[in-house]
Amino acid sequence: MNGCPTPILPAGAFMKQDNPTYDLECLDIAKNFGSVRAVKGVSFDIPSGSFFSILGPSGCGKTTLMRMIAGFEEPSGGDIKIKGKSVLGVPPNRRNVKMVFQHLALFPMMNVYENIAYGLRCAGFGKDHIRRKVHDVLERIALPDVAEREIHQLSGGQKQRIAIARCMVLDPDVLLLDEPLGALDLKLREAMKIELKLLQHQFNTTFIYITHDQSEALVMSDNVAIMNQGEFEQIGTPQELYHRPNTAFVAGFVGDSNRWSGTVKASDGTGGKVETEQGLPMSFSAGAGQTIRDGAKVDIFVRPEFIRTVRTAEAAAIAADGDNRMDGVIDSLLFNGANSRVLVRTGSGELIESDVTLTGDNDLKPGEDVSLVWSSKQAMCFARQESA
Amino acid sequence: MQNKDIKRLTLILLFAPFALWILLLIILPHIGMVVLSLKEKVAPRVYEYSFANYLDFLHEPIYWNTLLRTGSMSLLVTALALLIGFPIAYYIAKIAGPRARGGLFLLCLIPLWVSDLIRSFGWILLLRETGVISNFLLWTGLIGQPVEFLYNDAAVIVGLVYTVILFMIVPLVSTLDGMDNSMIEAGYNLGGNGFTVLRRIIIPYAMPGIVAGCIVTFMLSAGSYLTPILLGGKNSSWFTEQIYNQFITRFNWEGGAAFGMLLLLFTSIVIWLGLKLSGQTLANTVAKS
Amino acid sequence: MLAQKKTSPFLLGYRLYVVAFFIFLAAPLISAGAFAFNDSLFPALPWQGFTLDWFFSDTEPKLGMFHDRRLLQGLYYSFVIAIFVAALSVFVGTTNAFLFVRGEFPGKNFFYIMMVVPLVIPGVILGISILVLASDTANYLEDTIDLELEFLRPGILLVVLGQFSFIATITSLVITARLKKFDETMEEAAFNLGASRARVLRTITLPFLRPAMIAAGIVAFLVSFENFNTTLFLVGSEAPLTITMYDRMAKVGSTPVLNAVSFVLMVGSGLLALLSILIQRDKSAQ
Repeated sequence: MNGCPTPILPAGAFMKQDNPTYDLECLDIAKNFGSVRAVKGVSFDIPSGSFFSILGPSGCGKTTLMRMIAGFEEPSGGDIKIKGKSVLGVPPNRRNVKMVFQHLALFPMMNVYENIAYGLRCAGFGKDHIRRKVHDVLERIALPDVAEREIHQLSGGQKQRIAIARCMVLDPDVLLLDEPLGALDLKLREAMKIELKLLQHQFNTTFIYITHDQSEALVMSDNVAIMNQGEFEQIGTPQELYHRPNTAFVAGFVGDSNRWSGTVKASDGTGGKVETEQGLPMSFSAGAGQTIRDGAKVDIFVRPEFIRTVRTAEAAAIAADGDNRMDGVIDSLLFNGANSRVLVRTGSGELIESDVTLTGDNDLKPGEDVSLVWSSKQAMCFARQESA
Repeated sequence: MQNKDIKRLTLILLFAPFALWILLLIILPHIGMVVLSLKEKVAPRVYEYSFANYLDFLHEPIYWNTLLRTGSMSLLVTALALLIGFPIAYYIAKIAGPRARGGLFLLCLIPLWVSDLIRSFGWILLLRETGVISNFLLWTGLIGQPVEFLYNDAAVIVGLVYTVILFMIVPLVSTLDGMDNSMIEAGYNLGGNGFTVLRRIIIPYAMPGIVAGCIVTFMLSAGSYLTPILLGGKNSSWFTEQIYNQFITRFNWEGGAAFGMLLLLFTSIVIWLGLKLSGQTLANTVAKS
Repeated sequence: MLAQKKTSPFLLGYRLYVVAFFIFLAAPLISAGAFAFNDSLFPALPWQGFTLDWFFSDTEPKLGMFHDRRLLQGLYYSFVIAIFVAALSVFVGTTNAFLFVRGEFPGKNFFYIMMVVPLVIPGVILGISILVLASDTANYLEDTIDLELEFLRPGILLVVLGQFSFIATITSLVITARLKKFDETMEEAAFNLGASRARVLRTITLPFLRPAMIAAGIVAFLVSFENFNTTLFLVGSEAPLTITMYDRMAKVGSTPVLNAVSFVLMVGSGLLALLSILIQRDKSAQ
């Protein structure tokens, strides 16, 4: 961000550090590869039994962070505590943190039973105990009859569940999931999102889910951390991230947005007027925790669902709804059922996206003159980052 | 850190067998051969360092003629193997159905599992005066009396092509197999005819395979011993035969070592030239096949 | 595809060419094998009727191969040599695979080329160079400290080493190719499930490599069995089969007993090759 790494800590971070209600605590954890700082002092802690996602673009350091928690990488600084005990220096095969790999890494030379029994055998359990545990976990993932199948005979969704069962049979303190849905096709991915959430409830174990797909993170998680360039930008519930982003990056990364750059003309600190680079005036409210001064360069984000599109002829009647208004021509109509959108080309030539409800009767059509109306409350404004 | 020490130790343990192998069985023996080839016997059990063995080679036309003959015939064998093998490889990789492909490929490999000796023996039985082909031609009436097909250059070339062609086909099939059919289709789609598609798309793509096949083929041909001797008879004049004569028959190890070095140098230069001209490297051709 | 765009006479011609090629491939093998069953003293036409004498007869002049002591001895030596060469080559091939796939060390590319080089050195030269070094060493030791090391003289050990010197390249390439396909997260997953390093190697990595190791072993065995050029210079009194057969051919001339041996070898190699293919095939299960 602005060069000085101020980790964003949720309230719990400063509580007693051996507090057992946290399954995992990371304290100012960092990782350098040579001169590259992959993870720059990240701190967070995760309450027992919650579903926590780390969401960020590829290359943001989320996989490195996860590999440090699993023990495949040694952190360059900071501390990792599991159930209140530091695990620094503990090799991966001694940590009670289990991991579901991106491509699952099921062992192809073993059948389902042997895959699930692998960890139990490593731990030295007796045959009967292993048999009971494996069948028990297969029941819980609702695949009681697949024990003798070979891995290649399973469907994508079944493999997913076996990979989770293989970890859960060891009763881990924390389960790490590294984009395990990435390889599935779209439909299965949607179904697995719900399934994962249900599995997490059933096992009541802390899940840490790494993804670059915001919808996976938003749908499943209790809390989401947004990661960018080795740092956490914001941690919060999905709703908080969506409606009250702390930074321009979060506003742009989570959900769709129309984005303008501009200069503040008049401001009272929490809101005011801006002139965009195209010369359009616009009123705004400052994003959470931001203080906007006169003359500052800012970015303004407006989500498509908060923009109303009305025919210019009818606009006068409802102009009072919003304090921002822009006129333009519908360039194209992106029909997608309930998620339909219009692209409106404004007088200055830019394209603005706006959600519309299409009823099939007297709908907007390309070429029509329209006015776009939105409230300044929905225009989130962030001071421009020089580094960006 | 302890972890690092274990890694170093593992690396050293893994490197040891490799180093012993390459050092004791490849590098040192070759150095020993170079040293030996530079020795000249001036009296019984008395040696001097000199280039005498190499000068012998230059002064005796039979020797360098044999080397040139071995080289040029091996090049011919390589070219023939490529010409004959390429259509076969293309057929296996691109035209045959998926079922037939595996079967044909295996058929190609079958002679690989039989020794040089047996292959040459089979050819002798086919080609000699009392052999199958001569008898067959007599039976058809094309010839009036038995004909000897053995003991000439053509027989040697046929035998060598037969011996080495598998090593041409196998790398060709594996490179052509990796080629996306749509590349060929795109070539036609963009207006190419059969010849331009072959020349502009297929051959450049298959180049690593072609070069790998040619190197191995040339090497095997130039270094072969049994096939030229058995099929070419007394006057096959193959360079490996000269090496054998120096070593075993005349017990002139110094001369034999010099001849060995010459053969090695000669084949290395040809391979090096081939790699330079085709713009390939040893690592991306032979090592891949 | 190329042929589909052409008229069908072209394809027909092409097919005929392919058929002719396979006849060319098969002809010498068939003739080498078939004459083993000809009831004649010479491996030549005309066909005198079917016999198994060249395999099982125990009387001259049609001494069958299974009663020919020198051939059987050659077979035995070939077998012993091939077993040692295969075992040694697979071992070194496996360590080389780990060295070049997993190891990071300076000059790695150079050493990789060095690993491939033995394959492009003519077999004759490998033979004589190892012979020269071994003899030099033996002579030197004998002259200076009066130590006679019999194993450095031509014999089984030198034959094994000579064949190993280039067969190790073949096994290294086969096993390296397999190890490159290994998904290393599989090892991480096993660590993550609590396995020790040794256990991961034993239960995950080596089972993955096993098909390639077996296939490489079979290839090494066959290449060793049929090798002539390198063996020729290193052989002592214990001559393997190819050398025995060559001697027989050079001294006695071709007799149908050589056809019988050829037939047995072809069947044996064929079965081994088939085995290696079946083992490779279970890769498709993954």
